[in-house]
Amino acid sequence: MTAQDTIKETVTGNDVVLFMKGTKMMPQCGFSSRVAGVLNFMNVEFADVNVLADEDIRQGIKDYSDWPTIPQLYVKGEFVGGCDIITEMMLSGELDQLLETNDVSFDKDAAEKIRAANA
Amino acid sequence: MAITTTDIEALIRIAFPEAVINVQGEDGTHFAAEVIDESFRGKNRVQQQRAVYAALKGKMEGSAGELHALALTTKAPE
Repeated sequence: MTAQDTIKETVTGNDVVLFMKGTKMMPQCGFSSRVAGVLNFMNVEFADVNVLADEDIRQGIKDYSDWPTIPQLYVKGEFVGGCDIITEMMLSGELDQLLETNDVSFDKDAAEKIRAANA
Repeated sequence: MAITTTDIEALIRIAFPEAVINVQGEDGTHFAAEVIDESFRGKNRVQQQRAVYAALKGKMEGSAGELHALALTTKAPE
């Protein structure tokens, strides 16, 4: 299976997938850590893919989305964005909407807490 | 040669000649760029930022990429 096949299978087989440097329990880059931290705090169930563990996936995911940076968040197979976009969407409430639209459960109170802390 | 805020602005300027561009990054490693351009109107953030990354092509790529840390903010003028 090529890297592109593996990626396609991963993003379509999981509701929420984060391609990141490190793992959700042990991120190895500040940007990856921020997005994983938001998802963890919001209690979103997501699959994490450590791109540092596989050079083909690390390059392959950039080709897949035509996006040059990691982390990359996918919801229901669709590329949502990287760290800056997820942060903006988190604070504006758009991330909540996106998760609700896609029937992904999360802790709304936790999301409100993040917004209150960053108001 | 390390990349500078002036280099980043120049690269973005080529692709977005009319844009308001504000690049910060005093430490020479972590940069933040805000790009406000009419061409962003009607596009979502992924499309907007993909266009900015395209302008910086090569600089973001790989472990040898000069530009590891660039925080991007993009929008159309109010």
